[in-house]
Amino acid sequence: MRVHIDQDKCCGAGSCVLSAPDVFDQREEDGIVVLLNAEPPAELREAVQEAAAICPAAAISVEQPERV
Amino acid sequence: MTTAERIEAGPGTGPGESLPPLDLPAARTAGCPFDPAPGVERALREEPVTRATLWDGSSCWLVTRHQDVREVLGDPRFSADATRPGFPFLSAGGRELIATKPTLLRMDDPEHARLRRMLTADFMVKKMEAMRPEVQRLTDELLDRMTEGRTSADLVAEFALPLPSLVICLLLGVPYEDHEFFQERSSILLSLRSTREEVRAAQDELLEYLVRLAESKRQRPDDAIISRLISRGELNSSEVATMGRLLLIAGHETTANMTALSTLALLRNPDQLARLRDDPSLIKGAVEELLRYLTIVHNGLPRIATKDVRVGGVTIRAGEGVVCTLNTANRDEDTFPGAGGLDVGRDARRHVAFGFGVHQCLGQPLARVELQIALETLLRRLPGLRLDIPFEDVPFRHDMGIYGVHALPVAW
Repeated sequence: MRVHIDQDKCCGAGSCVLSAPDVFDQREEDGIVVLLNAEPPAELREAVQEAAAICPAAAISVEQPERV
Repeated sequence: MTTAERIEAGPGTGPGESLPPLDLPAARTAGCPFDPAPGVERALREEPVTRATLWDGSSCWLVTRHQDVREVLGDPRFSADATRPGFPFLSAGGRELIATKPTLLRMDDPEHARLRRMLTADFMVKKMEAMRPEVQRLTDELLDRMTEGRTSADLVAEFALPLPSLVICLLLGVPYEDHEFFQERSSILLSLRSTREEVRAAQDELLEYLVRLAESKRQRPDDAIISRLISRGELNSSEVATMGRLLLIAGHETTANMTALSTLALLRNPDQLARLRDDPSLIKGAVEELLRYLTIVHNGLPRIATKDVRVGGVTIRAGEGVVCTLNTANRDEDTFPGAGGLDVGRDARRHVAFGFGVHQCLGQPLARVELQIALETLLRRLPGLRLDIPFEDVPFRHDMGIYGVHALPVAW
């Protein structure tokens, strides 16, 4: 799983930080999303997908690994 | 079909037009004060994108489904700019308020983003979580005072309203002793019954007060938000006052009403109240569920289409107004099975009670901290809490832009 963020789209609502605090944080100066871990472990999959789903600005996308 | 042709053709001629246009704001059924108005619930079931008529006789689209509401609010082709001709206003006062001094709530990017980003750091999750000890202290002090030597009180006046007012005053740098002044003005601004003149006067008085405050911060800066907005040097005192007005009102009216209405909803659902009291670890999820179930921004969010856009099988034309009803979206069975019931164990995180899109509530991390602490503490400290008047006599805020109760007499 690979996580992408778009800081230009981010509106700093912070819901990703509540869903997956090990993966997302907010920048001190303006509250915009920062990625703590672009390739989080599989056990965080649900939390990361939830963060992407509830992001109001569609600033988070999740790339799933190809099935082998 | 153009809007003119559509009006010419009358009802029942196109997609989204088989139901008669619904009058907004729609009235709730007496005896079901937690449920959306039957008219909007019918639209959700039968014609999720439908025509509606506003208070001033103008018409707009009503968008009711969870997925469609998210699409509209998340789509930059739907503008929040209230100065665009045809923008749907939900009350006369609302039009007056927005048309004269628009806040970032009714602007589009990039101007909206520029202003919002001056504030996002102040309400970020880490900072609001760090407020927990202070919010807990204020909560305990208010409850100490409310319960000392007494067994009944109005929960709104003595707890639900002062708590978020104290907190937002602290964050903004507004003296709390002025709370009666700004709470009175704020009630006028949010009342659906206020006339244009009343709204204009209340708005002027509030802005004058905040301009004076901003000026005084120029002389004696502090570490709170208004002072820091001034010291950035990008906004004049009047612009800071407009932003301060938004934060002051949004910061206390919303959480105050959610706190009181949540308490009442729990008292009316004693099984859910008992579950939450027995297992306080449910509090975070329970607050999300209460936000979903109660959706106090009950008249919906207005937008205007800037391009032709298809929503739920209906083409909304450029220039047409849209109202997204958050309360029906949060009762959409496709997203929340059993949506009509309160279930504190539900995963309700996808609710749109804070809105959706780039305008989604900036203060939501603060609201969550306040609601979690207020409700958990209230249930823990007052195990015998009960309603002190017949349920039928509770004064619900049907007349206000933010739903809730005007007063909540309780005993313990």
